[in-house]
Amino acid sequence: MKILVPVKRVVDYNVKVRVKSDGSGIETAGVKMSMNPFDEIAVEEAVRLKEKGVATEIVAVSMGVTQCSETIRTALAMGADRGILVESDVELQPLAVAKLLKVIADKEQPKLIILGKQAIDDDMSATGQMLAAFLGWPQGTFASKVLIEGDKITVTREVDGGLETVELSLPAIVTTDLRLNEPRYASLPNIMKARKKPIENLKPADLGVDPAPRLTVLKVNEPPKRQAGKKVASVAELVDKLRNEAKVI
Amino acid sequence: MAASDTAQTTEQERLILDSVARFLDRDVKPHVHALERDDIYPEEIVERMKELGLFGAVIRPEYGGLGLSCSTYAKIVERVSTVWMSLSGIFNSHLIMASAVQRFGTEAQRREFLPRFASGAMRGGLALTEPDCGTDLQAIRTVARREGDRYVIDGVKTWISNGIHGQCFALLVKTDPSIQPRHRGMSLFLAEKGPGFTVSRKLEKLGYKGIDSAELVFDNYVIPADRLIGGQEGRGLQHALGGLELGRINVAARGVGVSQAALNEAVSYSQLRKTFGKPICQHQAIQIKLADMATQVQAARLLVENAARAYDSGERCDMEAGMAKLFATEAAVNVSLESMRIHGGYGYSKEFTVERLYRDAPLLVIGEGTNELQRIIIARHLIERNPV
Repeated sequence: MKILVPVKRVVDYNVKVRVKSDGSGIETAGVKMSMNPFDEIAVEEAVRLKEKGVATEIVAVSMGVTQCSETIRTALAMGADRGILVESDVELQPLAVAKLLKVIADKEQPKLIILGKQAIDDDMSATGQMLAAFLGWPQGTFASKVLIEGDKITVTREVDGGLETVELSLPAIVTTDLRLNEPRYASLPNIMKARKKPIENLKPADLGVDPAPRLTVLKVNEPPKRQAGKKVASVAELVDKLRNEAKVI
Repeated sequence: MAASDTAQTTEQERLILDSVARFLDRDVKPHVHALERDDIYPEEIVERMKELGLFGAVIRPEYGGLGLSCSTYAKIVERVSTVWMSLSGIFNSHLIMASAVQRFGTEAQRREFLPRFASGAMRGGLALTEPDCGTDLQAIRTVARREGDRYVIDGVKTWISNGIHGQCFALLVKTDPSIQPRHRGMSLFLAEKGPGFTVSRKLEKLGYKGIDSAELVFDNYVIPADRLIGGQEGRGLQHALGGLELGRINVAARGVGVSQAALNEAVSYSQLRKTFGKPICQHQAIQIKLADMATQVQAARLLVENAARAYDSGERCDMEAGMAKLFATEAAVNVSLESMRIHGGYGYSKEFTVERLYRDAPLLVIGEGTNELQRIIIARHLIERNPV
């Protein structure tokens, strides 16, 4: 069984993000970039399925600037077998990414596509769902547990009210939630070995997709500064403040 | 080297440092305080270090290692030391032992030992120092007497890192105690633990806790003659000193790590602590300290990079390594003290990291050739390279 794992290059989760002074976006110059943490969980799940003998090949795909090859290389060091880089200087939004992935999926014919439920940069949480629609495949989003038996995949989903379990037939799309697994860090020998694994280079035009953005960012603002807490002398004062100042009761 | 090769190497180095950072965050940071407080050997962390591949960092791929450049290796040591300096000792003295075999050993010795060193299945260190001599290595008194196809060794070594938990040591001895010049009677052996080789005790130290520094006693210890590194007597001092360039760059990198950690603590504490109505980082007295500290850390890092580059190019780099070691380790002592002063009373408390950094730093100005000796080496090379 072949698994396709799309991985996105994002600002590292440890970076304290700063908004550009003109409000057009966030500062990315000189900022550490890493694989989207939800995508790491996706790679980890695919590698575990391979280690269990369920999967036979893992293909990692990334899209965007040239340096996305490094994100692919990270996936290869974790255990993916080969990579596909779709290089584009144009900002790629979820719709374009889903269209590009659809063409790749048609070509690669994977049984399963696992990807992060969202990227930590724009938090769109859209690519997996759009891709499922384009392919006409069933989707199990926000997965906290995945079980494959024959041609079926059982996905436990984290929903607002608790956990929901769905059964899908393969091929299918799964998007990962935080609790699915704890991704490994690549060992240094595996990083050295990843150097020899192949990465195929493509452009959106090779896949016949127009990647032009359809959404425009009007303005990016810093979130409001957190206010200092207040001390109250009595329960009565606390209740009064909750009712009249915070207006939460 | 082609441009794409260089790009690939930088990418690879970034991935390596990234994995090391993950390892430190997940498997080291949460445990450092307790392990260091109780002076406990970090066995579980060592298992993770084996999986990560650190014990084979500079061993060549044909012997099962990673074959990393000294430049990349120094950056790993720096990162590790930023979190807990003791850990770097566990793989570094091990790797200097391995380097001695790699550089000077016979092919049979390389094939027999390096793969086990690289996997961490067999670990160890260097046994050079004795109770009465460290810097003056030619004064050692441990003796190996040849008896047929074996040697019998008697003597005592002290301050040996990994002494208790290691299994194999590069052991410097006299095979001819009377010859002049004295170094021609010195030889380096690969000594595995066995009958006649005992570890007497774990030594208590001011800092550098967790790692076992021990006294090794050799009493009628019998070792096969084919464990003589390189197979030829009289080369021991040269072999031992040959590893010290790498050792000094490593200790310098530890200095960068410790001072970077002390700086990080100061930068964050000075923004939180308030006096006279504002964070202390807005007082000029503290700003001047922070600026000096940051400048020293960066200068130290550049000297280490410079020495590592010289080492990688295959040149002799005693002077560069000496300068890096001298400057970076003095920086560690100075920056950790300054960071403690910025922390005020809290800096003196066992609950704050800077207290540990302050205790760890002095080891670095003493170990791997005292800084006084580094100055002599630097001056000697300065004169040698610039004859009138």
